[in-house]
Amino acid sequence: MSTPRVGIIAIGQSAFKARRDDASYPDLVREAVNQALTGAQLELDDIEAIVYSLSPDAMVGIGNAERLGVDAVGGRNKRFLRINTGGATGISSVAAAYYHVAAGACDVVMTAGADKVGECGDSQTVLNKIWDPTYERPLPLGTITMLAMSGIRYADKYGMSQEDMARVVVKNRKHASLNPNAHLRKEVTVDEVMASRCISWPIKLMDCCPQSSGGGAMVLASERYIKQNRLDAVWITGVGHCSETYYLGDRMGQRLTADHADAYALRNSFARAYKMAGITDPRKQVDVAELYAPFSNTEYHSIEAAGLADLGGAVAGVNEGRFSIGGDIPVNPSGGVLCTNAIAVTAMIRVAEIALQVSGRAGAHQVKGAKLGIASGNGGDHQFFGTMVVEA
Amino acid sequence: MELLKRREAWNITYTHALGETASWFYVQIRDHAKIYGRRCGKTGRVLVPPRAFSDQTLEPTTDWVEVGPGGRIETFTIVYEEFQNLPPPPYAFGYVMLDGGDTAIGGFFRGVDLSDPAKAAERLKVGTRVTTKFADDRKGDMLDFWFECA
Repeated sequence: MSTPRVGIIAIGQSAFKARRDDASYPDLVREAVNQALTGAQLELDDIEAIVYSLSPDAMVGIGNAERLGVDAVGGRNKRFLRINTGGATGISSVAAAYYHVAAGACDVVMTAGADKVGECGDSQTVLNKIWDPTYERPLPLGTITMLAMSGIRYADKYGMSQEDMARVVVKNRKHASLNPNAHLRKEVTVDEVMASRCISWPIKLMDCCPQSSGGGAMVLASERYIKQNRLDAVWITGVGHCSETYYLGDRMGQRLTADHADAYALRNSFARAYKMAGITDPRKQVDVAELYAPFSNTEYHSIEAAGLADLGGAVAGVNEGRFSIGGDIPVNPSGGVLCTNAIAVTAMIRVAEIALQVSGRAGAHQVKGAKLGIASGNGGDHQFFGTMVVEA
Repeated sequence: MELLKRREAWNITYTHALGETASWFYVQIRDHAKIYGRRCGKTGRVLVPPRAFSDQTLEPTTDWVEVGPGGRIETFTIVYEEFQNLPPPPYAFGYVMLDGGDTAIGGFFRGVDLSDPAKAAERLKVGTRVTTKFADDRKGDMLDFWFECA
């Protein structure tokens, strides 16, 4: 049975920065919504439903901030859902918008959101609160330490060095220097990364994503609507999700069900998206990838989970330039999460960037001839994963 | 133009019930300086820290199994950056698979000189044997115990 396709018809994204003191939280949401509507020449009345992309409330410091954001997305008298899967929120929101259209409930759906991470002085304190108060909260867990511990296991298993981590930063910063919307756009060298201060061994300051402020918006529509209105679109041909169990300590030990070194559930999520899109050999079929990796080491297991390298093989691939712009399969040509992280919309921007790539509108960081791209988002304590295939 | 800001602090208090399984676990730590896991009746897997049910089978766990005090480091990190409301750096913590258990439990590593990160990381590398140490004054908490290299 061939299902009617769902297309992406509009994208809005801020030029992400450390702070946006000129704009309140709803102003930032409105900025991205406005860009998307203007770009697609849509009226607010054309939008039938809103999927609101908002990760932990404490990061913006407003409880249930979708209440405040409802006006900025023109939510009055429309269907409205808020989605939160932590770092995966943005791609989960695109998926929820996709399902509205794929199910035949709506023809045109918008997803939008914003974040002002730089306004939260204590983001690791907020993220420490995602661990349970029973066993894990007394420990100083945060997203940095949690993923540093993944890096330790990955290095032990496959032999990744800190210089290897630094080369991911060098690659992504170079890409970001070409992307006017990226937050960290200054190129760096391996020596500079190695000389940056140690935050949580083996992660140094430059191995970390920044705390970004900005908004994102996307409009999805049914194939029927797109054809009727003769709109330009790219198509979401694969959607996958997969979750991992809660306890970090269960992803190690002698009877582990998944290794915290790897991204087991992300791999399963990609397998689902690939199956739906009919992708059997990602290394041959994928032209470009935007993979959620907020710390340099996590890009390695993400590349492997996407099937773009064997387990442990991503390090050699990055060192050989296979995943740089100009290489076989550029990974994070936008600079990725490592250079821009406005948490609530970060994983949405992964999909948006891939949509720009396959439509040939990515500008200076365009991957030449890209027709099929993949995007991913990771949330929770490396727990909720979402993946998409987008085609021209 | 002049752009204004407003500073805010959230200070919210909760009193969390720990439930039967964690309560029994913490009482053993507090009163006897012993760590226990719970066995999954279906797979035999010993879950540490103990849980009332297995996340793989959703079956209730069946019995208590004493684990440790020896164990093996499964992962670690050493933090050199200060974060508000988290301990003053430097500190090392991570996960240890205690002898007799099948999954790893979190805790601090003590007794390692953290002044040279690379040397300290070598001392704590995956596979290192450790032993559990208990505080003299125990409250029934994860911080009543820590790990030291064996």
